[in-house]
Amino acid sequence: MGSITFDISLAFYFCAMLFSILDLSRSTKTFPKLMLIAAAIGFGFHTVFIFYKGFSMGHVPFVNPREATSFFAWCIFLLFFILEYRYKLRLLGSFITPMAFLLMFVSFILPADDRPLPPVLRSEWLGVHTVFAFLANAAFAMAAGVGVMYLVQEHYVKSKKLGGLFSRLPSLHVLDEINYRLVTVGFPLFTVAIISGSIWADNAWGSYISWDPRQIWALVTWLIFGIVLHARLQRGWRGRRAAALSILGFLTIIGAFAGLALLQKGQHVFL
Amino acid sequence: MKVLVAGLNHKSADVEVREKLAFTGEKLEQGLEALLALPQVKEAMIISTCNRVEIYMGVDEPGEATRQVKHFISSFHSIPEGLLDKALYFHTDSSAVRHIFRVASSLDSMVVGEPQILGQVKDSFQLALNKKTTGALMNKLMKKAISVAKRVRTETRVAENAVSISFAAVELARKIFNDLVDKSVLLLGAGEMAELAARHLMNNGVKEIVVANRTYERGCELAKDFKGRAVPFSGFKDEMVRSDIVLCSTGAPNYVVFKQDLHNIMKERKQRPVFLIDISVPRNIDPKINGLENVYLYDVDDLQGVVDSNRNERNKEAQKAEDIIGGEVEVFERWVASLQSIPTVVALRQKAQRISEAELERLFNRVDLDEKQQGAVRQMAASIVNKLIHSPTAALKEDVEERDQVVAMIRKLYDLNGD
Repeated sequence: MGSITFDISLAFYFCAMLFSILDLSRSTKTFPKLMLIAAAIGFGFHTVFIFYKGFSMGHVPFVNPREATSFFAWCIFLLFFILEYRYKLRLLGSFITPMAFLLMFVSFILPADDRPLPPVLRSEWLGVHTVFAFLANAAFAMAAGVGVMYLVQEHYVKSKKLGGLFSRLPSLHVLDEINYRLVTVGFPLFTVAIISGSIWADNAWGSYISWDPRQIWALVTWLIFGIVLHARLQRGWRGRRAAALSILGFLTIIGAFAGLALLQKGQHVFL
Repeated sequence: MKVLVAGLNHKSADVEVREKLAFTGEKLEQGLEALLALPQVKEAMIISTCNRVEIYMGVDEPGEATRQVKHFISSFHSIPEGLLDKALYFHTDSSAVRHIFRVASSLDSMVVGEPQILGQVKDSFQLALNKKTTGALMNKLMKKAISVAKRVRTETRVAENAVSISFAAVELARKIFNDLVDKSVLLLGAGEMAELAARHLMNNGVKEIVVANRTYERGCELAKDFKGRAVPFSGFKDEMVRSDIVLCSTGAPNYVVFKQDLHNIMKERKQRPVFLIDISVPRNIDPKINGLENVYLYDVDDLQGVVDSNRNERNKEAQKAEDIIGGEVEVFERWVASLQSIPTVVALRQKAQRISEAELERLFNRVDLDEKQQGAVRQMAASIVNKLIHSPTAALKEDVEERDQVVAMIRKLYDLNGD
């Protein structure tokens, strides 16, 4: 029951990705619809999978890289549906589904790791910390996706070549606005994740921060998005700069995620 | 009955001819009445716009109808027939159907894809409906034409791209700002094209239009026209801090706005985006300005480039539209053909019934039957007739390409032509 729902959702996400890429190459009304349907079905199965896992293990089911990547993809799709509902931003699917599918695929090929959670990590803070961290990361991922869309659209307008996706991409104002909103949503979530994480660390290991590489990366990420917000409010860093910075911030997250998870060093062993 | 189109448009006739042949005001209703008085014309409607005058008709025999209609146009508008030859075109059957579909879908318009024509077609049809000058054929045809036009609009992007400079400017402004409702426009100088673009922006709901002109009085006049305000030309840089869209055509021989100016302005604006449109030749805004962040500068050539590529895009989309129309013409033609087989079906049934009646009468005269027996015989006769004509009737109703031949053959076999 567990892994079959995961496999089904992986297959549907794959279809969603295919449709979204086809949608880029030729614009019809069918592909975005198919993409949404496939993503929604995949998301449904994925949700069942996550709840099933969580209940059968007795704690939130994202404590190793395999589970984390899968939950990350889930958060991304969740935000995508919210944005699509709010802004009718189907084209965003073409920028988001490949990323989410890649995460799912990584989760798929990573070895299963059902070791019981070490007692030191068993705490209610586990749920708070991870859920907030992933939702924040997903918001940043979306901000980066929208940032790429902004850069593409800005390139069309600046270079005065209005072909390709120009007519289908939203206006620069809307893209900038969504990017900003996502960062303003992601940043407080990320802050809560860091605070809850350090309280949890204090409970488990006796200090709020142990200068573990993962923790340092988290602070760097926090700083980058702090700068994105501060510079926009104080100095009017909007548009291209905001888009580029949010992409940079997201790359930092990916770097931390991929690099450190593979190295498996430090106290923050699981992620 | 067949479809006949007689008309002229911007391609076939100059405006002097078009205005002479226009059906305006009362002439339209008089024209419809006069048309229906022609022996050949059974149904009619007239479309009369500044770019076209067209008469759509249902007629019995297109060749004869063409002669009558031509004569009608010439006498109605008092123009010698000889002068009409070059301007008028006639279409019959499927080419007429195609023509009407293309007109409604705006493929035959001067600016392909312009949206007004469909409304004009609808109005003309509505008038004909009110006056009851159309019947089954025209009603079906025009309803189909309107639905085809809608299909073309939703399935192709033929109407999507701006094909004039001022429309292109508005389209770009929308792609930068999304909504123009809270945007201010600064008109720098008062060139004709800038004025036109400002008017388009106003129609798209911008918040205010400010005019900075070298001659202050002229600026005030223009501002009044736009319900905006005028500022002295020397103060335009301060005004730019507040303006999101700047339309520039001062007629100055050199640059009026430099990169450093805009750099400072952008700082004061807190980098809120600004869209500069330089319609002056020679240019009045330093092109280097486009390199600044959140600044988008388009000159006349840039806008013309946008218009040209839009036009190409439109032509490509028009081809898709032609394909859609081709398919729809075929569907409609089949419907018309089915209409033509109906009289044959009726004739066949009448003939069979006539024979049966005659034979029954003869039988009842010769043999003495009571009422119940007569009823039974009648029933048997009716059932034989029905069974015998069932398959030829089905063949007539069948939707096949060679239906014309089927109709002709059945008429010959059952000798229906004399009836």
